Formats: sequence, structure tokens, C-alpha cells
Amino acid sequence: MGIADDLAGRRFFVTGGTGFLGTALIERILRTIPDAQVVALVRPGRRHDVATRVEREILRNDCFARLRDELGGRFDHQVADRLRGVAGDVSSDGLGLDEAGRAELAACDVVIHSAATVSFDAPLDHAVEVNLLGPSRVAAAVAASAAAGGRPAHLIAVSTAYVAGAHQGETAERLLSEDRFSLAIDWSAEVASARRLRDDLEDASRQPEHLREFARRAHAEQGASGTHLLAARAERLREDWVRRQLVAAGSARAKALGWPDAYAFTKALGERALVARHGPQGEVPVPLTIVRPSIIESALAEPRPGWIRGFRMAEPIILSFARGLLREFPGVPEGITDVIPVDLVVAAIIAVAARGPEDGPAVYHVASGVRNPLAYGQLVHLIKDWFDRHPLYDDRGQPISLPEWSFPGRGRVQRQLQQAVKLMDVAERGLRLMPFRRKQAEWAAKLEDRQTLAERALGYAELYGAYTETEARYRIDRLLGLFESLDPEDRQRFCFDPAVIDWAHYVSEVHLPSVVERGRVRTSPGRPGGTDRQTRLRSAVLSPDRHLAVFDLEHTLIASNVVDSYAWLASRHMEPDRRVGFVADLLASAPRWLSLDRRDRGDFLRYFYRRYEGAPVEAIARDAWDLFHEFLLPRAFPAGIARVRHHRRLGHRTLLITGALDVVVEPLRPLFDDVVCASLSERDGIFTGHLAELSPIGEARALMLERYTLEHGLSLAESVAYADSSSDLAMLEAVGFPVVVNPDARLAAIARRRGWLVEQWSRAAGGTDRLLPLGGLEHRSLTTGAGSVGP
Amino acid sequence: MTPRPGFVLEVDGSTPPTLLWNGEGFTLERFPEGTRVLYAPEPLEPLPDPIGAIAEALEHPVGGSEPLRALMTPGMRLTICFDDVSLPLPPMQAPDIRQMVIEQVLDLAAAAGVDDVMLIAALALHRRMTEAELRHALGDRIYEAFAPRGLLTQHDAEDPSNLTDLGRTAEGEEVEINRRAAESDLVVYVNICLVAMDGGHKSVATGLASYRSLRHHHNPTTMRHSRSFMHAPSSELHSSNWRMGRHIAASGVKVFQIETTLNTDTFPSQFAFLQRREWEWSLRDRATYAATAAALDAAPGKLSRQIFHSIKAPHQMTSVQAGEVEAVHDLALEHVWRQQGVAVTGQTDVLTMGLPYICPYNVNSIMNPILVACLGLGYFFNLYRGKPLVREGGVLIMQHPTKPHFDPAFHPSYIDFYEQVLTETTDPAEMHKLYEESFANDPWYVHLYRTGHAYHGVHPFYMWYWCAHALEHLGRVIVLGGDPKAVRRMGFSPASTLADALEIASDVVGRSPTITHMHVPPLLLADVQ
Repeated sequence: MGIADDLAGRRFFVTGGTGFLGTALIERILRTIPDAQVVALVRPGRRHDVATRVEREILRNDCFARLRDELGGRFDHQVADRLRGVAGDVSSDGLGLDEAGRAELAACDVVIHSAATVSFDAPLDHAVEVNLLGPSRVAAAVAASAAAGGRPAHLIAVSTAYVAGAHQGETAERLLSEDRFSLAIDWSAEVASARRLRDDLEDASRQPEHLREFARRAHAEQGASGTHLLAARAERLREDWVRRQLVAAGSARAKALGWPDAYAFTKALGERALVARHGPQGEVPVPLTIVRPSIIESALAEPRPGWIRGFRMAEPIILSFARGLLREFPGVPEGITDVIPVDLVVAAIIAVAARGPEDGPAVYHVASGVRNPLAYGQLVHLIKDWFDRHPLYDDRGQPISLPEWSFPGRGRVQRQLQQAVKLMDVAERGLRLMPFRRKQAEWAAKLEDRQTLAERALGYAELYGAYTETEARYRIDRLLGLFESLDPEDRQRFCFDPAVIDWAHYVSEVHLPSVVERGRVRTSPGRPGGTDRQTRLRSAVLSPDRHLAVFDLEHTLIASNVVDSYAWLASRHMEPDRRVGFVADLLASAPRWLSLDRRDRGDFLRYFYRRYEGAPVEAIARDAWDLFHEFLLPRAFPAGIARVRHHRRLGHRTLLITGALDVVVEPLRPLFDDVVCASLSERDGIFTGHLAELSPIGEARALMLERYTLEHGLSLAESVAYADSSSDLAMLEAVGFPVVVNPDARLAAIARRRGWLVEQWSRAAGGTDRLLPLGGLEHRSLTTGAGSVGP
Repeated sequence: MTPRPGFVLEVDGSTPPTLLWNGEGFTLERFPEGTRVLYAPEPLEPLPDPIGAIAEALEHPVGGSEPLRALMTPGMRLTICFDDVSLPLPPMQAPDIRQMVIEQVLDLAAAAGVDDVMLIAALALHRRMTEAELRHALGDRIYEAFAPRGLLTQHDAEDPSNLTDLGRTAEGEEVEINRRAAESDLVVYVNICLVAMDGGHKSVATGLASYRSLRHHHNPTTMRHSRSFMHAPSSELHSSNWRMGRHIAASGVKVFQIETTLNTDTFPSQFAFLQRREWEWSLRDRATYAATAAALDAAPGKLSRQIFHSIKAPHQMTSVQAGEVEAVHDLALEHVWRQQGVAVTGQTDVLTMGLPYICPYNVNSIMNPILVACLGLGYFFNLYRGKPLVREGGVLIMQHPTKPHFDPAFHPSYIDFYEQVLTETTDPAEMHKLYEESFANDPWYVHLYRTGHAYHGVHPFYMWYWCAHALEHLGRVIVLGGDPKAVRRMGFSPASTLADALEIASDVVGRSPTITHMHVPPLLLADVQ
């Protein structure tokens, strides 16, 4: 009898089906075990129900490509019959199963628990809920369903070889409690402590001094983008802070007890809890096998060589290395990197399922380190050799050359990286404070990118360093015993003997090509062609499908501002000797206006527009035409003006939103379908200096836009917004197609992170530039009174 | 001393380097031996008493017209139209000819008790003049008297309520001109005939027309058949304008034409070397050249531009004639030819020229690449009668920096033309077909043309059509010292030195071509036999 026959027609209950190992497991069962049924425990998502998640996240994965090919048109029918999802979650008691779910579980013969939070830097409380308590919850659910229906199912719990901790020497396949060096830790105390820590940190993060700091940082990042957006950002920063504290706490606790990280630590306690409660001596025994793989990587052969899901631990490091970002990574050249292809782990689990439960909880390692060791030095050599032959390319199209690795100690690398991060942080903050636009702003944004990468590299070194330095060896005697017991045909079909791996072949021909293919990196020389990202974004913005194009005015379409316009109008008819005083006054007030504007644009405009008090409305309105033709138009960005008209040609509605005054904006009206601007109230033909209407600013712009689109039957998602400042963040976020024009460093950084289109528009070259925005000095003074001024 | 006529120099070993304009600057170049250099005749003696001459012309008109005094009656509607800022070049020192002529016309009108007088700048699709420019052309007295009362207007080719449809010519060309002019009892047109293409029926039929009317002669086909438009009998542009002018007269619009001509005294004394022949340069000329060249080199581009655009030319009136349009124009042309004509024997393989800082369309502004092309291939290339100076398939080398710089207030549609049209095609016929309408009818350009100081949206197309004859005729166009990207976008070849330019030209005209250099400005008209 072979494995397939043994398991034919059995029902499997699988947790973690949407994960890397779980997907491969489900595929293998459905493909190789005749008539086997699989029930997958899936968390209902926020956007998709369980059936949809099963369809989208399991069946549509390219893991199933081979089975689809084999079954052809029968795939949907046959697989739908054999794979079902039930709603539930390993982080809640009873797995959150409903009546039907419990019935499904009760009907199953084998339960494979592969759900885990595999991230090495998960927050402690989350890791505790999933990794520590998860296995016991599954076991409890299995036991409970059995109480009603008879014999409990065989529970196979997937753990990790690293539960053994960071100690040296060989580790046998036995329970942790049987290990000589194992500390007797009270896992329930750890659970309580992690939960309490979360509560404490949530409280602490709400202390005024912390809240002030979050608000300060949100403002530093986004500027005067409006109360709600700043609040939202500050709240995100608060949550991040809590999370980082929990990550740090997990890491510290794990290291204090001899584990490399919170993952291995919580998995280890999870095993202990499972055995204590559901082992043979536990309150509710369940037939139990523990499978401990080492570092799972892409498939050696099944379903196809190189298949991988998600980005695992090694890939980001490998790609960082190939991009030349990671110049050094700690590790001992002779140290063993214990990697195991996913299909070997899957085969081992299936063989364990076929073997059935043994007396007492059995433990199997699935690891390569003893039987077929891969030295860290050899791995690095293989990787370097491969990328020397298949280099990645930088964004100028040059191949990236790789550094020689010197295998430094972990401490040195961390110190270097920390210094680099610190230095870049200082530079980046400095740049952000400068009122840079255009190229400098791009540099700042790039620097921020580099900083993120450096931070990430530091993270890798901190997180994964231990795994390259570990000198533990995971024995696989029991696993090999199981393998020997298989008949020759099964040894072929369900091979899990690590000896079959040819490392040079696996690394160069299987794993790296797969990593690079999935890594979205440049693998060919030459400059990016016409379809680079910006070009694609621009053609989306200029698709006839868009509905509305909204433009900010100052520094988006015209290099000017309300102060310029005022100064020009006010000085137009001024006697030359009065100009000196006027200019002095203007310059003296500038810093105050600037800081007021930075704090609150609405307050600034209200305050500033008082200067118009007593001005004759008609004369200003007349002069405003000259202001436009003589001062503003020469400062316009021709590409911006052309863009507005391009939108109109495409049939999009065009809208100008500006804090400028209606009289000043009047000559621009024909460019737009609609104009929203400020206006001053007047009495007897004289401006009172008070605003009659203030155009919406900040978040109010987004709200106004929402109302506007609604009134005109347009869709915000199909709208385009152009703006230059972070005070327009709300408006940019509100539309489907935000475009950032000549951004300052802050907005450039935001645009870069979010993948927004950035336009660099400049004034027509060769124009005259005047230091001061004064009217009446024009070489080519205008024709007021002659002919029609204005339409 | 009698002014000397135009001159054709043959370069030999003793010839000093020749001055070439280079936009807002100039260079001295040594041409290969045997090169012909054409110099304009020296400035003619001006009329000794211009005021008296104007009075005389108004009193004794030609072509069977009655004296202007006799045409004025109380209660009549009188409209005085005048050439805009594109004439003369450079703008002349005050008083401007237009001021001198119009003051006398107004005196006659006042004496005859004419109250309904209006002044119109005949802009066609050019930009509106600024207050300073109007004051300069008309003098403060006229400006103050008319402008505040709204009686000094600028023709608006996009104001339907101010246009009158006068029907079609026999060839089916639509004739639509300024309503005030069409409905006046008398239109007095005050012209400055700087070059042979100006004046005649073109003054009213073009200067006061709408786009609908203009497109019948401002198009690639007409331009290709105007050989050249400096010689009316061979110019399809002029034939069309003459048909329209006669149609306008036949429709009952009475035009009293006053045409004036100028001498070639183009530059003030501090730039006198610019209009002297190099081998006759005095020590002082050499010194001013060296000092000016050094100063311009050191000055930022914007400053050099300001210096050049502040030049007011000392040119003076050589003739004034008034009366019936065609008779007046024939007389004016005689004076133009007397001043500018240079007899040249035979065509050349390579024609070279240095382009100055100014053309009719960038007074007080930037000479953008399209205007560079227009000045070289449209104006200077066409300064001929008979045959073009350069043979068919020959090469034209023109020197100009050709920076892609634009004036966003004066030339907004040029920017889009440069970015959107020239990137797709440089063929006048194709752009005419594909793009002209959309630019001509673009409401934003119309808005800027009507309310500001922008050339009409279609204007860059006209500038390119101006080049159509040359583009068809020439084997290659090389821009010496031109911005390579801008030059290539226009379909020309950039060269950094004269030697390079001649090397590039040799692909087309062989190793030992004949070379002719036009030493302009001052302007000349080549009579090619």
C-alpha cells in the first residue's frame, strides 16, 4: 500500500492555507491523493468572504497551474468539489468556527496546522496569540469536535527547527521538555504578560507628551495639510509606535531566554503549551505529531521548480545584495545555512499523515544541515557568482557590480549600518526643512528612499544575523527512518530526503531565477523606454475616461502668489519715491506672513487681504488685467496651461481652485469651466478689506470637490487634481488621479511613496525676471484706456 | 557726397573678416576667397522738409485722387488706420513717421469740421500694441486726445460685432474687414513701406481683415507661389490681396492711401560700424566693435536683449506719396528699390546670412526659434526679384543662437506650436491640414489675443508658411551657432563654426561651391539676373 492509497478519500483540515506552505500542501493533496477532501480554515477578509479568498488567494495562485493544465476544463468542477473554505481564525478560542464549521472539522481525519505569523518582527502580543496559543486552540477544537463524534483526528502541528533556540551542537527530534538545556518556562505567564504589555503601551501612547510628539512628526512630514489628515497621520504614528515597542519587547524577551527572535520563542512556547494540554498527559489528549522544518524556500521540483509564494526571509536579503545596497552581511563562512525546499516539507507532512499518529507525540525535523549541509560561505559564493553572470541594472541601465563579502561579525555590520542610518536621517531632516522645489526636492526624496533601504538592511542584519551564525545541527534520523519505510515508488513521488538537493543547481538554476523574476528588478541593460512609470501615469491622467481636472493656481500653474499680486497692484500707480518705503515695508512683513501662511493658510489670507481696504474696486479690476498679461502670464508654466487645455480637448471638465481674489483670477476664467476663488466685500465701490468669500482650503477643498462632483454627476475616482503643496494633500488624496507639480521636499517624498505622478513645470525660458513684484516699471507698459481692456 | 549704390564684393586675400549678425550679438568671419558679399546701398539723402513733403503729397495726390482737403466734409465719418509696431525695424527715433503724417491729416479734418474721427492700429493677427508703443508711433498729443475717449482702437480680428462681410472676390475669397473702416466715408491709411512687400492693397486687405479672410492668402500654397513676396507681380500673396483690395474699393470703401519710404540709416552712431563696409572701418569703428562685442559677451542674455531693443533707428523719410492705392504703391516701390536694390549676376550654391535680434514680430520681445526660421527663410531668403539668390537645391547657412526661448505673453501659441506641432511635422502643408484650425479657433489664444498682447493662435503657422518657398527650394538649411535641439526640431542642421557649416553643406553642393553672403541689415533687395 502506498501513501496515495492510504490517504485516498480522506478528509484534511488545513489552517494557514493562504500561506506559502499551506498553499503547496493543499495543491499537493488535491493533485496526488485520489478523492481526498480539503477543508481550509480561512479568515474572512474585510473585502472578501471566505469562498472568494479561497478562490483568489489559493486556487488562482500559480501553484495550481500544473493541476489546471492536467485537468483542463474539469479543474473548476473537480476542485470546487474537493476544496472548501470555512470561516475561522486561529487567534480566537474555538477557532471562531460556527456550527457548520465545527461539523466540517468533526468530519476530518487529519488536521494540519500550518498557520503562523512567520514574520520575525511581529509584535509580541500578536505572535503570542497566533504562534503560542494557536496550536492549542486547534487541538482543543479537534478534541471538542471529537467528543461529539468519537475518535479525534490526527493533528499535525507545523513548528520550526529553531524552537531549539540559539544553542550550539546537535538537536535531536524530540519534545522540548526532553531537551537537556530547555528552560522550564511558564507559558501562561508569558501570555498574560504580553497581553498586559499591549494594554500598557496603548495607555502610554496616549500620554500627552507622546501625543504631542506624534503630532509634531505628522506636521513635519505633511506640513499644513489640514486637521484631519494630520490627525490621521499622527494616529498612524501612534499605532506604529505601539507596534514597534511590542516588536522590541518580543525580541528582547526572546533573546533573554535564548531564542534568536520572537518567532522561534513563541513557536517554542506554542509547542510546549500544545504538549502540556493535549499530549498524552494533558487534560484533553489528541493524537499529535510535530513537524519542524528549517528555513523553507522555493520548491525543488513540485509543483514546478522554483515555485514560491510571498517574499520569504532570504529573498529581500538576496535582492538587497544584488542591488548593491547590502555591502556586508554578518555570518560565519563555515556556518550552516539550513534551507529546505517547500516541496520536501510538504511531502514529509503527507508521509506523516499517511503514517498516522504514533505513541506519544512524535517529532520530525525537516532540515538539510546534517544530511546535506550548505555552508554560508558556499551560498554567498553561489549567489555572487550568479549575479556576476546575471547582473541587475540600476535606473540608468548600467549593471550593478557586487561587492566582495568579507563575512564580518554581526556587531561591526550593525554599527556601520546604524551610523549610515543616523547620518541619512540628519541629512534628510535638514533637506525637508529647506524650501526646496524641483530637483533638490527629488534628491531629498531619493535620499529618503536610500534611508528606507539602509534602515531595512539594518533590520535584516538585526533579525536574520542569528540564522547565519547558528551552529546548531538538526538531526533527521526519524525523518530518514520514515523515508526508508516508504516503498520505492513513494520515495520518488513523495521525496523528502534532503540528500537529493544539489545545492549548486538549486541555488543557481531554481531559486535565484525565481527570486529575480518575482523581485520586479531590472534585469536588462539600457535606459528605461517610453513606458516608464511616469509616462504610464501621465497617459492614465490624460485618458478620455477621466471626468474632471482640478487645478490649484499658485506655483501649480503660475510662479506667483497673493503677495506678488498685491504688491504689483499696489505699486502700479505709486510715485517712485514712495516705492522705497513700500518695498521696505513689504520685505519687513514677509517673514511674519510666511510663518502665518505655514501655520494656517486661511488665517493668512484673511489677515493679508485687509491690505486691500479702501482700494477702489473698479480701478483694481481694471489693473488686474494688466497684472495678468504683464506679470502673471509671463510667470505661467506653459506646460501647465497647455495641460488644462489638453484636458478640455479631451472633454474633461476643468476647475480652478485658488485662494487668489476673483478680480485677479478673472482673466484666467476662459481657461476653465469653473473657478472657485476668494472675493472681498465692497461698499460704495471701495473694498472693505474683509473677505466676502474664502475659497476652501485644505480638507475643505476635498469636501468641496466631493460636493462638486456629486452636483455635476462626475466621479471623484475618475478625477485628476494638480497641486504643488502639502496643504493640498486632502484634495490630492480625494481624487483617483493625483498629480503633484514642482513639489517641495515634503510633498515629493509623499508623492514618491504613493506612486503619484510628478510634473516638473517651468516658466518659458528666456523671460525677464524681476527681483521685486512691482507694477508700473514695465518696459512695455500697457494700453489701459486704448481699445477694450477686458472682453 | 552722393550715397554709393549697393555693392558686390568678391572676397580675396586682402579682405578683412566680415561682420555677421548673431542674434543679440555678432561675429567676424573669414569667408573663402571668391565669396561674394552683398552690401546695401548707402542711406539716401532724406527729404529736406518732411513736413512740407507730407503736406505737398496730401495736397497733390496721385492716381486721379482728389486732394485730401477736398475729401473732408463736415459730419463725415473718418477713420485713420496705421501700420502697427512691426514697422519700421528697428523702431524709428521720434518723431515717428506715423505721427508726422497723422498730425497733418487731423489738422485737415479739424479745418474741415470733421468730428467723427477714429484711429485704428491695423494689427491683422498681430499682438495689440502697448501704451508705450502707441505713444511712440503717434506722439503723446494724439494719444492723449484719442485714447482716453476710446477713439484710438486696435483692430480686433476676433470681434464679430466689429467686422463687416464684404462678400467674395471673383476667385471666391471671402473679404471681411474692420466694420468701422468699412462703414466710414473715408479711410486714410498711413503706411511705412520698409520693404517691397509692405503697402498697397495689402495695407487694408490684410491689416484690417479677419482670420476667415486672411486664410485665403496666408497659406502654404500661396506662399509657395509667391516668388518672391518682395516682388508683387510674381507674388500670389499680393495677387490675392490686390483682388481683395479692388473688391473692397468696388464695395464702396474709399481708401486714401499714404505711403512713406525710409532710407537705410538703420543704426545710431554708437553702432555705426554695423552699416559700414568692413574694409572701410575706421580705428573708431574697430574700437567700438571690439568694445561692444566684449560688453555683449560679458552681459547676461536678458541685458543684451534690453540693450538691443532700446535701439531707435535714425532712419528718415525718403518719399511720401498719397492718393489712390495702386498708383501710390507703384511710386513707393520705386523709392524702395532705389534705396535697397542691388544688382546681382547669377545664383549661388550657398547663401549665408547673419540674423539680427529683431524681426517684425518680436519688437520688445524674444526672437524664438520659429521667428528665427521666419526671418531667415521667410524674409531674408525672399529679398530678391527674378530668381532666388541661391540656386534650387542649394544650401542656406544662417547664423543665430536659436535658443528655445519664448515670450509667454506675446507668443503663447508659439510655445505650443513648438512643443506640439513641430515635434510631429515640419511640412507646412501637413501642419496646415492637421493643426491650423485647432490653433486658429482655440478660445484661449483668442482670449489672449483680444485682451492681452498675444499674437493670434494661428500666427506661428503663418510664420512657418512664410518659409514654405525656401523649404521647397533649398537642399539644406544650416543654422550656424544654433541650439542643436531646437535647430533639429525644425528640420535644420546645426553647425558650430562656419568651416563646419561649409563642410556639412558640401554633402549637398560639393567641395567648391559658390558662396554669396548677404550683409543685412541694413536691408537690401537683390535683383538677380
